Amino acid sequence: MASNKDFLLRNRTRPEKIIDKGFKSLTVFMASMVAFVLISILLVVFFESTEAMARYGLKFLITSDWNPVTDQYGAFTAIYGTLITSLLSLVIAVPLGVGTAIFITENFIPESIKNIIGLMVELLAAIPSVVLGLWAVFVMEPFIRPFLSLLYKYLGWIPFLSTEPIGPGMAPAILILVVMILPIITSISRDSLNQVPFKLRQAAYGIGATRWTAIFNVILPAAISGITGGVLLALGRAMGETMAVTMIIGNSNNFSWSILSPGYTISAMLANQFGEADGSQVSSLMYAAFILMILTLIVNIFAQWIVKSLSLKY
Amino acid sequence: MKRNLNYKPKLSRNISNRLLTLISGIFASIAVLPLVLVITYVLIKGGSLINLDLLILEPQPPGDDLENAGGIGNAIVGTFIMTGIASLISIPIGVGGGIYLSEYSKDGTFSRFIRFGTNVLSGVPSIISGVFVYAVIVVSKVIFGSMFSGIAGGIALSILMLPTVIKTTDEGLKLVPNDLRNASLGVGASMFTTIVYVTLPASFRSIATGVVLGLARAAGETAPLIFTALFSFYHITSFSDIFYEMSSLSVLIYNFALEPYEAQNELAWAASFVLVIILLGINIISRLISNLASEK
Repeated sequence: MASNKDFLLRNRTRPEKIIDKGFKSLTVFMASMVAFVLISILLVVFFESTEAMARYGLKFLITSDWNPVTDQYGAFTAIYGTLITSLLSLVIAVPLGVGTAIFITENFIPESIKNIIGLMVELLAAIPSVVLGLWAVFVMEPFIRPFLSLLYKYLGWIPFLSTEPIGPGMAPAILILVVMILPIITSISRDSLNQVPFKLRQAAYGIGATRWTAIFNVILPAAISGITGGVLLALGRAMGETMAVTMIIGNSNNFSWSILSPGYTISAMLANQFGEADGSQVSSLMYAAFILMILTLIVNIFAQWIVKSLSLKY
Repeated sequence: MKRNLNYKPKLSRNISNRLLTLISGIFASIAVLPLVLVITYVLIKGGSLINLDLLILEPQPPGDDLENAGGIGNAIVGTFIMTGIASLISIPIGVGGGIYLSEYSKDGTFSRFIRFGTNVLSGVPSIISGVFVYAVIVVSKVIFGSMFSGIAGGIALSILMLPTVIKTTDEGLKLVPNDLRNASLGVGASMFTTIVYVTLPASFRSIATGVVLGLARAAGETAPLIFTALFSFYHITSFSDIFYEMSSLSVLIYNFALEPYEAQNELAWAASFVLVIILLGINIISRLISNLASEK
């Protein structure tokens, strides 16, 4: 029989209290590490780039010389490349991704095939970008070059298509970016479409809407906050994507409006030059990194804000 | 005009309906196409090059010598070591942070700021974390005077993993029913005991799945490594080698893809094969396990 002592109320012992309190403080400390890392990244990149900021100021954003010999640096080519590749890849990937998401959330095909398509798109996100870059260099680019040449031949009068495709360039970079951001757009759109209440759909069908009228006028508007958030996240990812783009974009600092010519993005420039840069080149690269970080921060914060404020209340 | 309720296939709304369905189906097939193309190409091209020597040996200096190009053994080891270092750093910190967010925080300013920071940090481009580690660790030689090193590479990867680990822990713990917590606290257990013996074990599987997926992503990253861990042509021989340049599969692919020699390009394909097999394997297995768990 158990002694009476086993059932007595007792206060926690000192070591127990210390462990309990200490554990809480430890988790608080670990949670603050996120803030610490984020803020130190911002500060370090900012302070490393102050020298270049003081020397070139905002001129850095609009000139495109990049000459380590004469110490003249301007990142316009890279900024243009970053923006044009990410925006154009978005233009292609959004209809593809949202279309796919609609296809696998509607009841067009059996559940099992839907799941397989969904899984395959998500596995696409698991392929490292350097492998996609390798594939782009040796398989995709030679394959699409004839098509790009046709574009140049017949539409060469458009400034954006005004150079002859010679191999690596911004156009293949855009295509490989499409492959990389498609999974993000698809899986986030799929989640937000799945969350649309079923009664909205029934109501639309009930008043005689066809399937696609219901999709365009009821379901997509109801899911628009999540989809927009996903698209913005994809934009952030596309702007910061490094390896695949570096391998296929041609890494040329000669400015050209044409997407068929070789170009540069900020991240490609960092990947290429950071290892062997010194002196004011490091500072200029840090300045470029700072610009990239501000761009992605704005896009990401905007994405979070959109998801919060645009979501429809049913 | 005679009215009836039969389906009229020639009505313009029905035609456009079928057309749109067809278009979305085509879009879905286009979306699946790159995966199929990349995987088949990597499997066929890379798989045909795989042999035991290739998996064990060190790569030889670049040159057009197809017979003696060496192997990718040190890169495989390096990838495992650096991902290991990254997990040693990011899993304790991330799980701790996730525990704070889901168990202790009361939705105040601080916890909202941390959640916001986690989202922002996960959106920071991977190359930036490389730049950061380069400036803080490589240039300053803060870790025992070593510059480019496996440690620096691991730290850069851990910055990428951290937000994933925090998010999955936070979400995994939130799925644990509150009854369990109340029961444990009700019989007099402390918060520490409740978390360590009740809530964490209850959500172990979902947290583990998320962490493993984050790990797989980190293992495939290249950008943070190219100027933190650099590359090495040699096997590590002792523990102190983690303070020196270290090779990894992803950096090997990047470096050797740009070499003009076919021998090195082939090594890059073989390394892609190994990397893709490892990553897809991890992904599929962890998804299967979490599916099995949710069916119970």
